[in-house]
Amino acid sequence: MVSSAVSDSSTSDSSPDQTPLSRAVLESPDIHRALTRIAHEILERTKGADGVVLLGIPTRGATLARRLGDRIERFEGVKIPVGSIDITMYRDDLRLRPARPLGHTELPPDGIDGRIVVLVDDVLYSGRTVRAALDALNDLGRPTAVQLATLVDRGHRELPIRADYVGKNLPTAKSEKVKVYLQETDGRDAVLLMKEDAK
Amino acid sequence: MNRHLISAGDLGKDDALLILDTAEELARVSERSIKKLPTLRGRTVVNLFFEDSTRTRISFEAAAKRLSADVINFSAKGSSVSKGESLKDTALTLEAMGADAVVIRHGASGAPHRLANWVHGSVVNAGDGTHEHPTQALLDAFSMRRRLGGLDGRKVTIVGDVLHSRVARSNVLLLATLGADVTLVAPPTLLPVSIDTWPCAVSYDLDAVLPKSDVVMMLRVQKERMNAAYFPSEREYSRRYGLDRDRFAKMPDEAIVMHPGPMNRGMEIAAEVADSPRSTIVEQVANGVTIRMAVLYLLLGGETS
Amino acid sequence: MIIRNVRILGGEPADIRIEDGVIAEIAPRIEGEAAIDGGGAIVLPGLVDLHTHLREPGREDAETVQTGTQSAARGGYTAVHAMANTSPVADTAGVVEQVWRLGREFAHCDVQPVGAVTVGLEGRQLAELGAMADSAARVRVFSDDGRCVDDAVLMRRALEYVKAFDGVIAQHAQEPRLTGGAQMNEGVVSGRLGLTGWPAVAEEAIIARDCLLAAHVGSRLHVCHVSTAGSVEILRWAKSKGWNITAEVTPHHLLLTDDLVEDSPVGAYNPIYKVNPPLRTRADVEALRAALADGTIDIVATDHAPHPVEDKETEWSAAAMGMVGLETALSVVQEAMVDTGLLDWAGVAERMSIVPARIGRLSGHGQPIEVGVPANLTLYDPSVRTEVDPSAFASKSRNTPYEGMTLPGRVVATFLRGKPTVLEGKLV
Repeated sequence: MVSSAVSDSSTSDSSPDQTPLSRAVLESPDIHRALTRIAHEILERTKGADGVVLLGIPTRGATLARRLGDRIERFEGVKIPVGSIDITMYRDDLRLRPARPLGHTELPPDGIDGRIVVLVDDVLYSGRTVRAALDALNDLGRPTAVQLATLVDRGHRELPIRADYVGKNLPTAKSEKVKVYLQETDGRDAVLLMKEDAK
Repeated sequence: MNRHLISAGDLGKDDALLILDTAEELARVSERSIKKLPTLRGRTVVNLFFEDSTRTRISFEAAAKRLSADVINFSAKGSSVSKGESLKDTALTLEAMGADAVVIRHGASGAPHRLANWVHGSVVNAGDGTHEHPTQALLDAFSMRRRLGGLDGRKVTIVGDVLHSRVARSNVLLLATLGADVTLVAPPTLLPVSIDTWPCAVSYDLDAVLPKSDVVMMLRVQKERMNAAYFPSEREYSRRYGLDRDRFAKMPDEAIVMHPGPMNRGMEIAAEVADSPRSTIVEQVANGVTIRMAVLYLLLGGETS
Repeated sequence: MIIRNVRILGGEPADIRIEDGVIAEIAPRIEGEAAIDGGGAIVLPGLVDLHTHLREPGREDAETVQTGTQSAARGGYTAVHAMANTSPVADTAGVVEQVWRLGREFAHCDVQPVGAVTVGLEGRQLAELGAMADSAARVRVFSDDGRCVDDAVLMRRALEYVKAFDGVIAQHAQEPRLTGGAQMNEGVVSGRLGLTGWPAVAEEAIIARDCLLAAHVGSRLHVCHVSTAGSVEILRWAKSKGWNITAEVTPHHLLLTDDLVEDSPVGAYNPIYKVNPPLRTRADVEALRAALADGTIDIVATDHAPHPVEDKETEWSAAAMGMVGLETALSVVQEAMVDTGLLDWAGVAERMSIVPARIGRLSGHGQPIEVGVPANLTLYDPSVRTEVDPSAFASKSRNTPYEGMTLPGRVVATFLRGKPTVLEGKLV
């Protein structure tokens, strides 16, 4: 059987109730501020987001990419292309679990050739998801540059990968879990840090 | 999903929808310039074909290759099999080669069930005798869904030699699972005696059913059946059960025409009907690769026992 | 020799003394030495099978006269009728005498050869029925079993011709045109599985025709392995006319149904269930049981049909048809007929010994258990239940549909003219 869609660092089950074993490290206003800052940084680094394409990694990365796109449009009045890139078929741990359902890949109509692609994910952890995303990107076109934005960087990288835009650097133990909740998919915005044996 | 895909009846509604949804995502791969995914690197898929069916074999081959699996084509003709090697010995040979999946086409109903006893890998039924052809039913359902939206409550009419059709068996089972209303139309000689126990309606009158159909699927009718007195002549069959231009005109405007191929143009289907924009016959072929990619991915793309 | 503490046809405990192969005394208690303790087992007259495939000559890889009769003895049989579809076919005095001699030399029970009705079982020309009847084998049962004598004229002539020597034609009722390429019972399951159907009418039409023919020429007819409820109705009608017709049913048709082809512990399409005639439906099984109980069907015959592993470990359509049955017959009959209350042990003795011997005109077998008759006896313990283990079979072949099933009863001992062929369940 196929398991439900769960990325390696976040889940969407159970409600984000506070327990002694889990605490909110980012609340809704924090997330809003972080995304606003990232949007500004992207504009700054790419000199007005000219030629930028935002590609979110499903599920929550795709949501974040759309929010970033909206903010950039609000700040500068330019509509930049936003899409999603599913990395399931490029994962290096496929054989560790039953086959997973696929996420949605949706490239902007003009594609990614010659563009600056900003990959957007919710949590940066081992770096393996980003590695898979780079492989997937390689089969989809040839951007001039690829950058990475993440809401939370929790450390413990296993590959030589770093983010260009980080919402919050969050020191964690490997035994802990980081769960990201977003209004669009989960009914509220929050980032929780959970002890290993938390439900 | 089960480890094997042998009968469309093995698929629950969730499984069937998962395959269709997966195929929907994979369909985009065929539109890319690089039509290949690395997912099944290091996996071996054997196409074990005891009957000639170039169309089905290359469809599975393309699907496996787009997922980067190694493909071994084992055609039984001219091999040790034609010299009397048993299916079991063939299975043990494939097992020794480390086949992760065996796609089998066989003239004997139930051969995939037997094969599954003798190999560890997944068995995918690519057509067994007069029993089933589940990936054909899946690609048909996929084609219907793409044209019509959902399948729930859709009226699907399947016309022709149901008795000997593996396509009909698999389609009836799958479409019932997906909530479509299936009506079989055939001369009584070409329906199983137990047809009243199937999850579908039956009619002998094509003209009465056509105006109420969202989908009309024409089955291939083998001319040899005439010799066994299933029907008197090609001409009479065509007149009573063929989809010609006049009958085509009786179908609702949005209704589509399907055929699993290969067609007898002029017998069960008129050429202009087969070539009309409401015919899905060409996209059925393209969708075949996509649906088989989805099946192979879901069977082999995760951990395997 | 004395057999102690046995219950004749399930009656009160008694001892039986045997002298020179004949029952010499039956009494509640017989004094004396050299006793075998029956432990309260039921005694039946030694079972007689009217329908056994011993495969020799020709397919000694599947069974031989020796292994087949060992299998029979373990099943409680003291005589078997060896079917004619050997290679060469038993269609001449020479071949039936060869089988008969093999039986005299190697057998663990009496072997009575059956002669073919037509040359080479080809249904074109009568075999030399008289020569086989007059041979040392004294053939009385003639059958093309495996094939139907479908030519009505040939069947009529055969029925008439064997009257001269009190023979009987045992017909394999299968209309060939209606069963071209047939694989299993035509019904719900065959439709789903896409296997070519074997309609009940193909059997029933031949039985009806043969009953009318036998009546017309005043001959004796025996119907092999009746498998459908419709056949039962035709036989009931024919017998009500007083016509000289007998019929048999196999143990497997009393217990198993065609659902097993689709759904069984050994997987779908397992040819272990492929048999001719095919397994039918639950309604057919019920009708056959009722018919065997009320005498419409006269006897149980095993249709023991050994096949080597490679002929069954194949796809369904390529597999051979048939099941071994000698070693499980009595247990299956107990399960289907006795434990269901349809038959008592006297009824079992009638149907598995007395009447089969009478149909086959076999002297020395199938006689009531009384002083002065040959001591052909079967000791059977109905109180145990055991799992069927094919590897323990004496038969050379293992194609049993009962593997892993738990069945009642066990043959404790078998005596052929006073000599044990099986003791404590083991071959002597």
